[in-house]
Amino acid sequence: MALIEAKNIRKVYNHEMVPLEVLKGMTFDIEEGEFVAIMGPSGSGKSTLLHILGFLDPQTSGTCLFNGKGMEDYTEDEIAHIRNKEMGFVFQAFNLLPRTNVYDNVKLPLIYSDRPEKEWHDLIMKAIKAVGMEHRLEHETSKLSGGEKQRVAIARALVNDAKVIFADEPTGNLDSKSGAMIMKTLQELNQQHGYTIILITHETYTAEHAQRIIKIIDGQIKSDHKVKKRHDANHGFKK
Amino acid sequence: MTQIMASKNKMKIIPQIKIAAKGLRTHKSRSALTILGIVIGIMAIIMVMAIGKGAEDLILDQIRGMGSRTLSVEPGRMPQGLSDFAEVYTESLKDREVKALSNPNNIRGNNEIAPFVYLNATVSYGNEKMRTMIEGANRLWMDILDVEPEEGTMFTDTDVKQMARVAVIGSNVKEELFGDSEAIGKRIKIKNINVKVIGVLPPTGVKMMMNIDDIITMPYTTVQKVLMGISHYHAILIEAETEEMVPGIVEDIKATLREMHGITDPDKDDFHVGTMEDAMEIIGSVTSVLTLLLIAVAAISLLVGGIGIMNIMLVSVTERTREIGLRKAIGATRTDIISQFLIESVILTILGGIIGIIIGAAFTWLIGFGIREFGGFVSWRFFFPMSAVALGVGVAAAVGLVFGLYPARQASKKSPIEALRYE
Ligand SMILES: Nc1ncnc2c1ncn2[C@@H]1O[C@H](COP(=O)(O)OP(=O)(O)OP(=O)(O)O)[C@@H](O)[C@H]1O
Ligand SMILES: [Mg+2]
Repeated sequence: MALIEAKNIRKVYNHEMVPLEVLKGMTFDIEEGEFVAIMGPSGSGKSTLLHILGFLDPQTSGTCLFNGKGMEDYTEDEIAHIRNKEMGFVFQAFNLLPRTNVYDNVKLPLIYSDRPEKEWHDLIMKAIKAVGMEHRLEHETSKLSGGEKQRVAIARALVNDAKVIFADEPTGNLDSKSGAMIMKTLQELNQQHGYTIILITHETYTAEHAQRIIKIIDGQIKSDHKVKKRHDANHGFKK
Repeated sequence: MTQIMASKNKMKIIPQIKIAAKGLRTHKSRSALTILGIVIGIMAIIMVMAIGKGAEDLILDQIRGMGSRTLSVEPGRMPQGLSDFAEVYTESLKDREVKALSNPNNIRGNNEIAPFVYLNATVSYGNEKMRTMIEGANRLWMDILDVEPEEGTMFTDTDVKQMARVAVIGSNVKEELFGDSEAIGKRIKIKNINVKVIGVLPPTGVKMMMNIDDIITMPYTTVQKVLMGISHYHAILIEAETEEMVPGIVEDIKATLREMHGITDPDKDDFHVGTMEDAMEIIGSVTSVLTLLLIAVAAISLLVGGIGIMNIMLVSVTERTREIGLRKAIGATRTDIISQFLIESVILTILGGIIGIIIGAAFTWLIGFGIREFGGFVSWRFFFPMSAVALGVGVAAAVGLVFGLYPARQASKKSPIEALRYE
């Protein structure tokens, strides 16, 4: 059984009474331990798809299973619990808490978890070290650089030992050097720690860090293939 | 609360409080303005409880000072409620009535009786002048007040019979007219009539709602005939031998006066009889009306304060849509979000409550100080019960819960996606 099974997913928004079909039937599986990049032009429905895969938003029709079960099989509280325990999110805009330091931002998911408080510190430090931010613990997030913010957001996604990390354009707002560092971090998490990573990007050189690329255009899958040859981590960023 | 405890992700209350406190700290001045209504409401409650209780005790004390054996017969019918103190003025109590009420054939028991008249007048001694109240009575009056001159003596029944031009003066009157010099034996002028000071009362403060230090007491005959030139009395005080006899005496007085005045319909009475018990009942109802009024004011202020809290929490919920979305996206349940915002509003209102209690206590103390020092009510006690503190905090917390619930529910209903997309 694949970790994620998407069958004929459709999503229709009712935008000011006019139905807008953003996803027009998508089918694919994602195995545990995979590093998948989802590519497509702006407005093609990438974020929408990611939110459905991550149980943040229900699909209009079709099925989307995580560990063999869909969003509709759970109560709202159970879904919150699954998002907290099994999934880590890195959002398109960093979505860190302002006026709050790095440490407390990373702690956030633990507050809503059932982990005993005495384990928190070790988990937070482990996640912060994994993204190399241990020298900025007390910094308020508003005083960090864009790349640093994104790394804090990744640490927050890691802190509760999620199985899957959903990352929506984690390098979108970054210069090429910071982007490369983020991608290296994600690659390490995938290869050395076994995280399943689903990443959205519209840049080919970013997508090539993944093992598999799903291209979508206009709400439909255009191609879905394995990346043959892995590029050097910095390739493509140095233009 | 049981819902929170039963929540599947066991909610951690301490982190939740920390989150809420942080949320408030980031908007300090707004939070401060928001709780103003709560501060005022709780302050009002505290002051109602403390001053209201103090005032009631004080007034009851004054009435008790009259003694439970004392009755007062006054002209005119009984005032009907608060707005009817302008009783029908009559001259229905004269010597004839005094004589009838002194007669054991009419009124049971062996009672003492004191006709009573009063007059507002200017008193002078040399160049010193003051306006004051002149009470015309006899010895019984001093017994009821329970004071004795500290210098000189009280006038006698012979003085009363002979309409002697003598006076016993309060300590303030002495101070005003004579300063430090001797007053006994001096002649003061009231309405151009010379009156000899034969006694000075010690500082006594307020008794029976009169500041004894400010008044002059003279034989009732002198005040009535010499100073005022009238033949009626303002009251006739009667002291029974025992408290148990009072109700029977009241009946006897009514029967006697009705017969004398040819009254068959009690509604047409041209007099009324007051006892300490009656007075206490009236004061009790007056203070409970006042307390109700003040509680209404406090309630309105708390309502306004609560709406202010609700308003500001709704603004806060809208402003923090992204934060709420994020929290839900990473695993916060509805209950978590509800409790976060509820804790915020309860912290706000409890803070307001504590400030209100402190300010209320300070005002209560100040007002009590004023009443004691400047109003002459020496028996005023600073009254500040722990129950008022508990009530203040409890009411504040309840306001926070009630008015925080709607904004908190609004916050919890936000879908994480809508919230994260919100700009
Ligand atoms: N709540 C909504 N109501 C109506 N339309 C929506 C809503 N959310 C998204 N859309 C529309 O759905 C389409 C797909 O949006 P989505 O955010 O998935 O695009 P995307 O591929 O992530 O784009 P980008 O690369 O710019 O982030 C867009 O046209 C967007 O306007
Ligand atoms: Mg997007």
